[in-house]
Amino acid sequence: MLLKKRLKKLYPLTVPDGLRLLFVTLYAIMSVIPIIYIFNTAFKPLSELFLYPPRFFVNNPSFHNFYDLFFALKLSVLPFSRYVFNSVVVTAITIIAAVVISTMGAYSLSRMRFPGKDWIFSVIIISLMFSPEAVKITRYLVVTKLGLMNSYSGHILPHLALPICIFLIKQFMDQIPRELSEAAKIDGASEWRIFATVVVPNVKPAIGTAAILTFQAVWGDTETSTYFMTDESMKTLPYFVQTMTGGLTTVVARQGASAAAGLLLFIPNLIIFVILQRCMINTLVNSGIK
Amino acid sequence: MNGATEIPAAKGKIGMGRRRLANKAAFVWDDMKRNKLAYLFLAPFLLCFFIFIIVPVLSASLLAFTRFNSIEAPVFVGLHNFKVMFTEDIVLMKYVIANTFFFAVFVGPVGYALQFLMAWLILQIPKKLRSLYTMAIYVPSIAGGVMMSVIWVIAFSGDRYGYLNQFLLYCGFIDTPIAFTQSSGYLMGVMIFVTLWSSMGVGFLSLQAGMMTVDPQLYEAGKMDGIRNRIQEIWYITIPAMKPQMLFSAVMGIVGALKAGGIGVQLSGTNPTPNYAGQMLQNHIEDFGFIRYELGYATALSLMLLVLMYIINRACFRLLGTKEDE
Repeated sequence: MLLKKRLKKLYPLTVPDGLRLLFVTLYAIMSVIPIIYIFNTAFKPLSELFLYPPRFFVNNPSFHNFYDLFFALKLSVLPFSRYVFNSVVVTAITIIAAVVISTMGAYSLSRMRFPGKDWIFSVIIISLMFSPEAVKITRYLVVTKLGLMNSYSGHILPHLALPICIFLIKQFMDQIPRELSEAAKIDGASEWRIFATVVVPNVKPAIGTAAILTFQAVWGDTETSTYFMTDESMKTLPYFVQTMTGGLTTVVARQGASAAAGLLLFIPNLIIFVILQRCMINTLVNSGIK
Repeated sequence: MNGATEIPAAKGKIGMGRRRLANKAAFVWDDMKRNKLAYLFLAPFLLCFFIFIIVPVLSASLLAFTRFNSIEAPVFVGLHNFKVMFTEDIVLMKYVIANTFFFAVFVGPVGYALQFLMAWLILQIPKKLRSLYTMAIYVPSIAGGVMMSVIWVIAFSGDRYGYLNQFLLYCGFIDTPIAFTQSSGYLMGVMIFVTLWSSMGVGFLSLQAGMMTVDPQLYEAGKMDGIRNRIQEIWYITIPAMKPQMLFSAVMGIVGALKAGGIGVQLSGTNPTPNYAGQMLQNHIEDFGFIRYELGYATALSLMLLVLMYIINRACFRLLGTKEDE
């Protein structure tokens, strides 16, 4: 009786509520099944990968696929670790640089007045409506003309201009009371100081969100590797996985290794999102376009 | 007030006409000089933004009127590319436009409705479970294109090892395995399914966040004014109160849907897709730009895609944008 009462207090559900819960649960399960599946496939030993009929869950998990990925594939052009190294370097630098320039830009757009401000902001809003992929060709030409082919800058620079980051940070910053920075100003703090010690600590959630979005855009991106890098040693992990799965459409060869690689690509994404989920929801409260 | 201190208007009023204009220019210039710091803060972003977004868009609108193969200098050909596009490009007319249109009409509104529904349902469930559910539903969108092809290529694999085939064989619906990603009859369906599966991205989170901020007092007021059920509540209170977020996630959704168009090539492993069944404007651009090196024509296509995106987004603004008097 007591337990029932407590349960009722914890989950005050009525019948229609239960139905809704059931519906979301079904949808949530449908969303995660493929992910769970990849987890299982990545750990399947060779004997289970080619089992017929195929099984969903792994029986005797082994690291064989990861071993295959790291060592056996050495026979191919480059060691696997090279792709990982490239990916990590590119992603780390891009996130730091993108976050810094977006936050500074957002500060300027949110806190200062200057001629052309409204105009610049509306161009940023319009560019939210475009996906940069639409102008792949001319971006490719720009990158070639700037001599960024086969260099880390070719991976990094095109990703720095993420309008969504500056947009979200700016919207969030608008909610921080102006009195805060004005007080600091009266105390004689310089603009840089106000930026670094007063405003930035208050917009941390938005900065976190910008970091997640940049990470997601860069970490899984194959475009810069495919079009801007002709040298195999400059390409990144997702590109490598893609080439592995490219021939997978009708055959099952390398299925295990590519699942393992896919998993390696996915895990950091998941971890970062789990840590920063709250930041993201907090920031998106101010995500509206008026 | 940061940076700028307003200059007294009394300084003007001396001359008329040209003099006034010169004064104004000088005034703006002064204003700009005084706000050096603001530009300095914005400069790194603006520089990247200019080089990698503005310049490509502008040069696309110039290159679209040329013939260009990336080796020789571009030759101005006027509207030729657009003429070819509308009269000679049979593949574009017969498959690509139809596919893109079908895909967008299906994935766009259905995905958006699904996002709204899920965001709303999640707010109805106990708080403790919320972030877990949000995560579960958001996760596919961070799986990314590569992961997606790993998963779905295996699931829809064309032989009896493919999970769907295995299931259908087991249940006795089919006798021989179906090559889902290689046959023109199924590819589009698979593409739509996969895209919907991964469509719960930033837009979905934004909708959820928007719904959370709707003032609870509004609902109480609504009840007094005679709102009887949840549907009315959504229609008369929730949606009007979160229009800015609705608009934001609509914009994100449209960009996402048109971006996701490339999934067909990833699933089937070939560009063009088998029988052009999953060929989208995106793939068509890649086909002409990076396979055939007809960059002039390909940029003309990109320009069309940009215009298309802009038009659809404008329509959304018309529909969801807040009016002046609101």
